Amino acid sequence: MASGPLVRLEGGVRASRGASSPAVEHKAIDVAIASAQEALTLLCDQSGDEQAASILAFQLALLDDDEIVRPTHEGIDTAQSADLAWQRVMDALIEDYRRSQEPYFRERAADLCDLRDRVLDVLHGGIEQAIPAGAIVLAEDFAPSRFLTVDWKGGGLVLRHGGTTGHVAILARSRGVPMLVGVDLEGVVASGEALLDAHEGLLVFEPDAAEREEFDRRRAAYAEQARADSRQLSVEARTSGGERVRVMINVAQPEELDGIDPQHVDGIGLVRTEFLFHGRDRLPGEEEQYSVYRHIAEWANGRPVTIRTLDAGGDKPIPGLTRGHESNPFLGVRGVRLSLHHPGVLMVQLRAIVRAAVHGNIKIMVPMITLPDELAQCRAMLAQAVRELSIGGVSAQAPALGMMVEVPAAALAIEAFDADFYSIGSNDLLQYLMAASRDEPELAALAAPGPAFWRVLRELASHGAAASREVSLCGDVASDTRHVPELLRCGLRTLSVAPASLAAIKAAVRRG
Amino acid sequence: MTHSATGSVLIQHEVGLHARPSVKLTQLAKTFRSKIEFGLSPEGPWVDAKSIVKVMGSKTPKGAVLHFQAQGEDAQSAVQALIDLIERDFEPAS
Repeated sequence: MASGPLVRLEGGVRASRGASSPAVEHKAIDVAIASAQEALTLLCDQSGDEQAASILAFQLALLDDDEIVRPTHEGIDTAQSADLAWQRVMDALIEDYRRSQEPYFRERAADLCDLRDRVLDVLHGGIEQAIPAGAIVLAEDFAPSRFLTVDWKGGGLVLRHGGTTGHVAILARSRGVPMLVGVDLEGVVASGEALLDAHEGLLVFEPDAAEREEFDRRRAAYAEQARADSRQLSVEARTSGGERVRVMINVAQPEELDGIDPQHVDGIGLVRTEFLFHGRDRLPGEEEQYSVYRHIAEWANGRPVTIRTLDAGGDKPIPGLTRGHESNPFLGVRGVRLSLHHPGVLMVQLRAIVRAAVHGNIKIMVPMITLPDELAQCRAMLAQAVRELSIGGVSAQAPALGMMVEVPAAALAIEAFDADFYSIGSNDLLQYLMAASRDEPELAALAAPGPAFWRVLRELASHGAAASREVSLCGDVASDTRHVPELLRCGLRTLSVAPASLAAIKAAVRRG
Repeated sequence: MTHSATGSVLIQHEVGLHARPSVKLTQLAKTFRSKIEFGLSPEGPWVDAKSIVKVMGSKTPKGAVLHFQAQGEDAQSAVQALIDLIERDFEPAS
């Protein structure tokens, strides 16, 4: 729950700077261009990739071109604000490129737009400064890298789109930042205070005294519940019938472990490895991955750590790896499908994992498995990784190999898969079963767990029990206390949850 | 005293003057003090070789001949350096 000043982030249509003296505007555009040059130079140096560096060098050359800078200053001389003058010059150039006969020049228009927006962002006050601490932010969409730069304490996030924000949602959940997705912001005038109750899906603008009182009452109740739950945090979870339930955590960034006592968790049920691949121009190498996996395994101190191989694609694009123009990315080349198309990338990851496995209780889980052969191919590559490392005298160990169960076809034929364990990916399983995106507000009723979903879970749990293979569930369903009783009734005894939900889920199991 | 120099060279780069070769050409041109221009014919029209907007705007294709003209104290070395750059297909000097 959050209460704080509203901040509306504009996408597309930008706020104007408003009129100022030409002297101030001349200075402003010079500073903005210098600042963009500095940022681009830094990016260019860090890119380590000829393709990226050459795109950035083109943008840098444009910033250094009198044919752009001079007409901008001339525009300012005719009483235009710096942002307007810059935008007019750039828009004319962009239009020129867009109208070109040659596809090459039409494609370069995107570089020019990027450059135009980069300078406009500086003129409009800079990205980081635009969000004060503890604000409730309204935006169409939000970049994960930006999420990490904001001080969210007491604040929250309200988004129109869920599409590319899957990663932001994961970050928000793991950090306990209240967030609503799929909110129609049309016509919302952002001003003053707002109250955000993500538990109930409520956003109240300019609350009156009664609304504030009710909000404070609910917040106090949640806080009291959270305090009660956390007193039991160090105690292992058992159902009211005395059955042991393992409650593990999902980790998206290794830094999240800093504030968590390993004794409070039964392991890490899901390490998302996408964080290693995001926001960079080059894939992480074996040594870098090895040291991160080893660090996580050592933190867990003997408790199981399930590392998921790269789950790119769908809502998690990775430049240079995932395909740019799939008409339906959730049904496209993602997860293991992508990894098997890039065996070199998968092999680097497998080598890093089997080396780290020497230092802890590591397991490997493969996402988006649809056919038994995909898992068999991964198993063969895993054996190859261990073999090659051993020949080279590097210590390595083949961990248990499991699969994420999220494709209905795999869930319904689960006995055909030679997996050492099953991890149910409830987010995708649910949306594939219901043929309903979780990001569409209008489909909220469809995208909720129902009889078909519970039935699949029951069958998976009973197959696991019969075959003596662990079945766990990670995903949002496990992090929602309201679903815990039904999960237990389905026969699940291992849940992996967002760190912020750990205490609440353990408490819900006990009430179970 | 004003120096001037001219010279011409055939563009063999696979794609002509696209972004990457254009960046290299303007970067090199800017290291000289002279005014440097090129045209696709010996009579112009002339394009400022120090402006990426103008160089890209020339949409010079593969197989075109660039005619350089430069004015200034380092005109001679400027034209020679630019012709060298194009002749080695925009790769760094070895």
